[in-house]
Amino acid sequence: MTQPLLDARALTKRYPVGGGKRGAMLHAVDAVDLTIAPGECVGLVGESGCGKSTLVRLLARLIDPTSGNIFLDGADTTAVSQARFVTMPDRARIQVVFQDPSESLNPSFRVFDSIADPLKRLLGVRDRDKLAAQVHRAAELVGLPRELIERYPHQLSGGQRARVGIARAIVVEPSLLILDEPTSALDVSVQAIILRLLADLQARLGMSYLFVSHDLNVVRLLCSRIVVMYLGRVVEVAPTEELFTAPRHPYTRALIASIPDPARRGEARPRLDGSPRSPIDPDPNTCRFYGRCPTGTDRCATAMPELLRFGEGHFAACHFA
Amino acid sequence: MSRAATLGRNIGHAFGENRLTLVAVAILLVLLVCAAFGTALAPYDPLMTDSTAKMSPPSGLHLFGTDALGRDILSRVVVAARLDLGMAISAVVLSFVLGLALGAVAGYFGGWADRIIGRLMDTIMAFPLFVLAMGIVAALGNSVLNIILATMIINLPFYCRFARGEVNVRREMGYVEAARMGGNRALPVLVNHIIPNILPAMMVQASLNMGWAILNAAGLSFIGLGVRPPTPEWGIMVSEGASFIISGEWWTFVFPGAALVLAVFCFNLLGDGLRDLLDPRRRV
Amino acid sequence: MTAQLTIEDFSLVFRTRHGTVRALEDVSLSVERGEIVGVVGESGSGKSVLAYAVMGLQDAAARVQGGRILFGGLDMLGAGEQALADVRGRELAMIFQSPRTALNPIRKVGAQIEDILREHANLPSRELRKHAIAALARVRIPDPERRYNAYPFELSGGMCQRVMIAMALACSPFLLIADEPTTGLDVTTQAVIMDLIRDMSRDQRMSTLLITHDLGLAGEYCDRIAVMHAGHMVEIAPVEELLSRPAHPYTRQLLAATPTPRSTVEGLVSIPGQLPDLRRDLPPCRFSARCERHVALCDEAPLPWTSLSATHLVRCRVPL
Repeated sequence: MTQPLLDARALTKRYPVGGGKRGAMLHAVDAVDLTIAPGECVGLVGESGCGKSTLVRLLARLIDPTSGNIFLDGADTTAVSQARFVTMPDRARIQVVFQDPSESLNPSFRVFDSIADPLKRLLGVRDRDKLAAQVHRAAELVGLPRELIERYPHQLSGGQRARVGIARAIVVEPSLLILDEPTSALDVSVQAIILRLLADLQARLGMSYLFVSHDLNVVRLLCSRIVVMYLGRVVEVAPTEELFTAPRHPYTRALIASIPDPARRGEARPRLDGSPRSPIDPDPNTCRFYGRCPTGTDRCATAMPELLRFGEGHFAACHFA
Repeated sequence: MSRAATLGRNIGHAFGENRLTLVAVAILLVLLVCAAFGTALAPYDPLMTDSTAKMSPPSGLHLFGTDALGRDILSRVVVAARLDLGMAISAVVLSFVLGLALGAVAGYFGGWADRIIGRLMDTIMAFPLFVLAMGIVAALGNSVLNIILATMIINLPFYCRFARGEVNVRREMGYVEAARMGGNRALPVLVNHIIPNILPAMMVQASLNMGWAILNAAGLSFIGLGVRPPTPEWGIMVSEGASFIISGEWWTFVFPGAALVLAVFCFNLLGDGLRDLLDPRRRV
Repeated sequence: MTAQLTIEDFSLVFRTRHGTVRALEDVSLSVERGEIVGVVGESGSGKSVLAYAVMGLQDAAARVQGGRILFGGLDMLGAGEQALADVRGRELAMIFQSPRTALNPIRKVGAQIEDILREHANLPSRELRKHAIAALARVRIPDPERRYNAYPFELSGGMCQRVMIAMALACSPFLLIADEPTTGLDVTTQAVIMDLIRDMSRDQRMSTLLITHDLGLAGEYCDRIAVMHAGHMVEIAPVEELLSRPAHPYTRQLLAATPTPRSTVEGLVSIPGQLPDLRRDLPPCRFSARCERHVALCDEAPLPWTSLSATHLVRCRVPL
């Protein structure tokens, strides 16, 4: 097997909570292993509060992990703190496209400056002509008309802002692009444009994608492999088609059954009721899904299921998978 | 469109929306002209006493009348503009800059920096502010510099807390995280990406605060802690005139008082106008 | 069948200082007893404006330009504020997109349900608590006695939306208007909430107007779907028919742009152009500038409704 582009091992992030309870910890991300091969597109799904956003921020080196390592082409990026990582050459290699395009653009920066800033900072491009050439090239790649480059974000439509967000991320030619719900704030017609653009960019530039979304129908369009998270842990990893046709984890099954589908109108489908367990100091020997799981037994309350292999690239963390 | 033309349109837009801003700018211009050329504009020497014209009511000769020493009140009001505005503007600029810096550090880094700066501001806020200002001037001595210092210190928490709150909400916003992804360290993130976006709101606060700073500086002089007579200063003039309220020589305190009110009014209106002008969402 | 709600040629504008926004023009729709009708459109289509207009809740800048809204026998546009207030909450209920902000944060959810009951249900006060708990149980909130005493912040988004539904359904309304009821909720929670709304309509013969941007969601839960574009209603049809044989070019493109379990990224169609500016002079068909089937006839006013069948109406000169 070739060396993965990104290899996260036992990545953990805990936050102290509350003043009263001494030492109580919120387990946002708990011992997550994740690899992304060069040119691969991996999907990450899970409900709100499952730790997707924290995982994205960890992988993007916006926050430091409590423990665990992130290797980029075999080099441990977590050897330095995120504050120092900002100035390292590897900083340019992982970029993020943020969720809300209107909030992720500096309102006082023109489009040009938004795209040029990472070029200046990360690649040290100082020459004005060279800078302009690269900004224009990135804008062209994402299909942003030239006349919009001197505008402010509030003068752009949602779809145009999304393009600027993508242009800013790819202008430094990253190896891994993390897409954090890139289309959730957009209308479907614009979403279609952006999804096609992303597919096209990946084909042309050969980047790896980590595509985070709550919409499984969107994730499956672009990704070859999908990672499902539940309450800070990875519960299932599988090739996309296999995940949809033969999900192993009961949470994945419920998730897939919940996708609205006119073709399955009126069918009784498994529903996931109730609320997740508390992420604060969870019992390390209890499955995180226990209590909400339709098949939970005593064993689930006394032993945390490990992520086990169920086929080529298919892993699930359930005693009954 | 060029930047200048855009700015011109924005200014035109802001005034079109709010005629009162135009009034405020007109008053400000008058005040600034007085501050710049006061001594040249004043019909009399503001310090010159005239024993033949003590307490004369407003007339063609003395438009605002004269005070107990026969000094021309119009000249004193006009000349005082420089000192009053000067003290207030310097104090506001100083507390703006220092408050912004402290607040930005507290809001962005959090942790110890936030706790220390927060406690410091709480300590200042624990005193009745005017009493604190009196204490500072009394301890350091009656001088213009110390009035500015005192006004700066009592205003500091106001700017610091405002900046802290604004920075804090922006710290986690997409564009700030994007700036960090784009290779900006903490200082460039603050200086290039966060502070320009909170400046408009801060400017509005500063303008609204300016009126208060004028009142504060004049208030210190009013109670005798601050600029000393015979220097022309609105606070002192009101204080001197106040003793004639009962005897009915109204012009001795009404005109300097009106100057104060006008200045405060002007800056408050200006604050509202600025809010419209600087809001980036309204830029065309 | 009798229509619970009839909207006829309803037009509404917003007067703003940047011009008059023609937000709704000649919108017609009816909802039968027990029927779930979806109003689907992208942002700016006017679907929420329509929902609020039916409730009689209008922005101060809104001006009704014409048409009628009949709820049962009541003319909603002509009725006085008192008559509207009597109807709202009892016979006509609405749930909103963000349940957490629609609930009063400093009152217990049980007390908030009691408020509605006290206002509209004419119950003796000692019965209120029992009925409030029953209302929570009806929306399948586990442990309703305990949740009765909960504050909104103690509940998850899904639970808050259930409380909102419990409040809306407390007086067994004839019509429920659900304005993007599951936007912002997880897909698993969305399924539970939508099942609940569907079951309530079925069991109580309650009519539902579901406002959503998600054609897939509307397709699974609605009986009929009305598609809106730029303030116009462009097509109304039973679900199966609309999804399998869309007649309006916009509906077809919207369908092709919505990812389904069977779509591919190459197959996703994007709709060219943008919504027209509703402050400008608009052509009779507001989709004409984006439409590939545009012909000269399209620019002739007025734009008629074409009946493809008794239940399938489309507002297009050259339907598919």
